[in-house]
Amino acid sequence: MNDVSNTVVDIRKLWTVFKNADGENVVHRDLDLRIERGEVLSLVGGSGTGKTVLLRQILGLEKPSRGVVEVLGQAPGELSAKGAANVGMLFQHGALFSAFSVLENIAFPLRELKLLPGELVRNAALVKLQMVGLQPRHANMSPADLSGGMIKRVALARALIMDPPLLLLDEPTAGLDPEASDSFCDLLRGLHRELGLTVVMVTHDLDTLFDLSTRIAVLADHKVITSGSAREVITYPHPFIHEYFLGGRGQRALEALHDKPAQAPPASAGASH
Amino acid sequence: MSLATSTADAPAAGSVLPRVEEREQDGRRWTVASGRWTTLAMSSRPSWQALAKDLAGAPPAEDRAWDLRPIEQLDHIGAQLLWEHWRHDWPATLEMSPQHKAVLDQVAQYTVGTPNEPPPTLAERLKHFSHTGPRALEVMRDFVGLIGQLALDACTLARAPHRAPWRDFSGHLYQFGATALHITALVGLLIGVVLAYLISQQLRQYGAEAFVVNILGLSLIRELGPVLAAVLIAGRSGSAITAQIGVMRVTEELDAMRVMGIPHGFRLVMPRVLALAIAMPLISLWTSMAALVGGMFAADAALDISPSYFLSALPRAVPIINLWLALAKSAVFGILIALIGCYFGMKVKPNTESLGRGTTSSVVTSITAVILVDALFAVLFKGVGFRA
Repeated sequence: MNDVSNTVVDIRKLWTVFKNADGENVVHRDLDLRIERGEVLSLVGGSGTGKTVLLRQILGLEKPSRGVVEVLGQAPGELSAKGAANVGMLFQHGALFSAFSVLENIAFPLRELKLLPGELVRNAALVKLQMVGLQPRHANMSPADLSGGMIKRVALARALIMDPPLLLLDEPTAGLDPEASDSFCDLLRGLHRELGLTVVMVTHDLDTLFDLSTRIAVLADHKVITSGSAREVITYPHPFIHEYFLGGRGQRALEALHDKPAQAPPASAGASH
Repeated sequence: MSLATSTADAPAAGSVLPRVEEREQDGRRWTVASGRWTTLAMSSRPSWQALAKDLAGAPPAEDRAWDLRPIEQLDHIGAQLLWEHWRHDWPATLEMSPQHKAVLDQVAQYTVGTPNEPPPTLAERLKHFSHTGPRALEVMRDFVGLIGQLALDACTLARAPHRAPWRDFSGHLYQFGATALHITALVGLLIGVVLAYLISQQLRQYGAEAFVVNILGLSLIRELGPVLAAVLIAGRSGSAITAQIGVMRVTEELDAMRVMGIPHGFRLVMPRVLALAIAMPLISLWTSMAALVGGMFAADAALDISPSYFLSALPRAVPIINLWLALAKSAVFGILIALIGCYFGMKVKPNTESLGRGTTSSVVTSITAVILVDALFAVLFKGVGFRA
């Protein structure tokens, strides 16, 4: 495959400007970011640096003020019309449909195609349900009866139902206890290896960050100031990075990182552009 | 079952769509699958129909051998399709690349008997049914509780007026009252015109044209104005109250408020009830006025009754007590609509379905309550406000 088809997300010269009563609030200024196939890219940045906005722009939920966002070589707006087969999104609070059971939630995008036979859709949803570590007996529960960790798993199964090549995660481990968040990370790592997914995630959880990412992109001063492996990023001289990674919490997470052998990125993922 | 571990042959150009073909080799019939067996490829109608037709031509028979090596890409839905086609059993002879085999293995492992929810037993149905009666009682009890709480809150208000949420109150007054003026005026005006035309048709037959003032004045001021305004406000503000409070339940704002020690009754229910109790009579008066203006012009056009005669005859035809009755009635309607809206809002459970159901119940219940109470007023005050 050539270079072009290896780029899953391509963001060039992106500007995001919010207009409010006090004037204009520039969130992104000339932001460039390229995400290659097979990467697990984490977006890191302080509050208000527009991480979630960037995710929403990749999804086509919001339009940038200026600049180009391309996902799989297309504008995200055209892409989202074709549905969940291209991009899967795990929303921070799951965004499960409360009127449906767990299985109906997972099967929903596939069923809405009105094409595949019902039995196939049902079994496909059951397969995904078990792939994210739940049991068939959970299939008929309603989202209101699920714990936080289970909601995330069901939402992940729903995002993956059509086997999209690109998966976006917004705070995948927020609100989970350490054990649940560890097992969710294991699950994500396993799925990434198994399905050859490209993952873009926004997270504030440093353990998750160092555990999963093959590349970290740091958002500050309205753009991506640096991107690379955890080791490369923390040596970049910038006050935000110093504060974020080398504060008390960052040190503890880094020690854990040094304890285990360096993670080899998947073969297809070039280190960075 | 034999399994070839060679990797897939280089895909021929144009083999992107998922396909199934037949081939004779070594005296056996082989079914060859090729192309991209992915959700994306199958999610367009033509390619899915072509594939379904191909598959129907290759039923899963005992002696059939399957060659899946030319498949370019196989995802879980593609594998699921094959597995369903094989009726959850491996074919006798199967050749495929190990990486695709892994996907199929996973699908085969996880496709289990579909769990079904057991149907409710007779005892459960009976229990469910028997709860309906007590539920009506429960609603009544809760509602009485709400009225009692409102009375207590009113006492608190009278004792310490400076502690009341006056900003909220004025906001609600604007929302429920001022912003409803256009729609109520329009509806009132049109009803007045329609009614006047209808009445004038009948009165002309008896030569009693002058009585149009009496009929219009009495019916609009005493009955139609207040009821019409109340029905409109129930649909407009009753639903808004339920939705507001319901969303606060969904987002746990109600719990946050309780934790802070701020009572829902005093902070949420009372300002809304008070605002509607004041706004409702004013809107009812406004609606009656609009309807009378409409009726006045229609009477002028249909019966040649001049507006100046209409205006001078109106006070003689309709004793002023009718206006006070209408205002009092409207205040009661307003209190009821706000209370019912708050009640169903508080009862919302934290999911979207419950919110929709609560809003519907709120509007239906408050319109019904308005009409019931109006009938009650009609019976109670049947001797008041009519010229003997």
